[in-house]
Amino acid sequence: MLQRTDASQRGELYRVKLAINGAPHDVEVAPWVTLLDLLREGLGLTGTKKGCDHGQCGACTVLLDGMRVNACLLLAVTCDDRAITTIEGVASLEPTAGGGLHPLQDAFMDHDAFQCGYCTPGQICSAVGLIAEGHAHSRDEVRELMSGNLCRCGAYSNIADAVWQVLRDGTAGEGGR
Amino acid sequence: MIRFDYVRPTSVPDAVKALAAKPGAQVIAGGTNLVDLLKYDVAKPSRLIDINRLPLRAIEDTADGGLKLGALVTNADAAYDVRVAQRFPLLASAILAGASAQLRNAATTGGNLLQRTRCLYFYDPHVPCNKREPGTGCPARTGVNRNLAVLGTSEHCIATHPSDMCVALAALNAVVHVTGPAGERQIALSDFHRVPGDRPDLDNTLERGELITAVEVPFSDFGRHYTYLKLRDRLSYAFALVSVAAAVRLDAGRIDELRVALGGVAPKPWRNLEAEGLLAGAAPERRAYEAFADRLLAGAQGFGDNDFKLGLARRAIVRALTQAVAGTPQSQSDKRVA
Repeated sequence: MLQRTDASQRGELYRVKLAINGAPHDVEVAPWVTLLDLLREGLGLTGTKKGCDHGQCGACTVLLDGMRVNACLLLAVTCDDRAITTIEGVASLEPTAGGGLHPLQDAFMDHDAFQCGYCTPGQICSAVGLIAEGHAHSRDEVRELMSGNLCRCGAYSNIADAVWQVLRDGTAGEGGR
Repeated sequence: MIRFDYVRPTSVPDAVKALAAKPGAQVIAGGTNLVDLLKYDVAKPSRLIDINRLPLRAIEDTADGGLKLGALVTNADAAYDVRVAQRFPLLASAILAGASAQLRNAATTGGNLLQRTRCLYFYDPHVPCNKREPGTGCPARTGVNRNLAVLGTSEHCIATHPSDMCVALAALNAVVHVTGPAGERQIALSDFHRVPGDRPDLDNTLERGELITAVEVPFSDFGRHYTYLKLRDRLSYAFALVSVAAAVRLDAGRIDELRVALGGVAPKPWRNLEAEGLLAGAAPERRAYEAFADRLLAGAQGFGDNDFKLGLARRAIVRALTQAVAGTPQSQSDKRVA
């Protein structure tokens, strides 16, 4: 049920309930606040990056009810009652025995799949979504279905290798599905 | 970004009422285009009507063997639906040629029809644009127009419609279902988008207060004789410079029925039914495709940067018809053009 609260100087606020990385959050937001700004500015979850802020780079990719989306193009108020996973919560989706990282996080390190690292949280969230979707069956298809994530350092070949390895070996497959 | 208020109706009648109730109210669904336009101060709604809770997410079989896609069916859910992939692979292919996986997970069927042009001048509120502010002029005609239209333009606007999905829908004779204050009606996809004329601010023929509820794709059977060929500046995640949706039915080695729609070159998916009809009965060979391409591109005019589209479109049409007749549709993951 949509609930409004008292108008303040910032305009009317709307109450939004979100499950973020498994934890319930009950927040009040103005209707023009994006999910990305709520995560970063409102809740301090700065792992999700703001790259272009226009849906052209994928740095802000998060999982909304398990589906990868651009958080910069979602108004937070439209996400009421939905579950969000950010890079901060990816490891808990599927902790491996050793360091407690998600297999994709391990694979990105194994393959040196970054340089500056700014696109990496979005790349990894996107890859979690890609594996859960189940439509990529080759390295070429990984590249095509990861095309919504730009890497200005140009680590693409290593990113594709990392994602393809996890997809092919199935080490991250079942948990995401 | 402008300040606006927000409502979240849960039924179509309530949404239509909310839309009519406040001047400047706008619908939001996936938001993948609208939120971007809000950030640029191009969209300036007084109120957003969030229709995500409306029961419009189903893909239903129709009596004739076609499909009806609810307005809120996401691009991904449409493209990967088994019935869509089997009955309308042209549609699935076109959707998967567009945007990125993230955007396709959020963007909706109705929103895809209603997305605005990506003309740079439209997106910049500091420069004139007849589509954004009627009467201010069109700097694109003599400016940066590499991505812009060569068909269906007017002296007031040379914007393109950016959709891939709509190009396939046009070729498939889709029908748009809408509900408004005066009730329900249907609009042929080919009549839905407008050429600019002297009203470039009007992208489509929706009446004020009307809401798209579904897009119906009638039964057709082109088998493997289809293709969606999209040519662009990078292999993925870019708007079309030229795209071609082609479907052919062959009978005894001759063309029985042909449908071709162009994207990236006009303010709406571009078809020419007369030119298609002229090819019925013709032998499927290159000379016929070239003659067809010339008829479909009749009257095309470049504006400098986009002059190349005339030759590119001609070659793309010929290539697409070759692919469709051969039954070798363009792969959307292996982008080599066969």
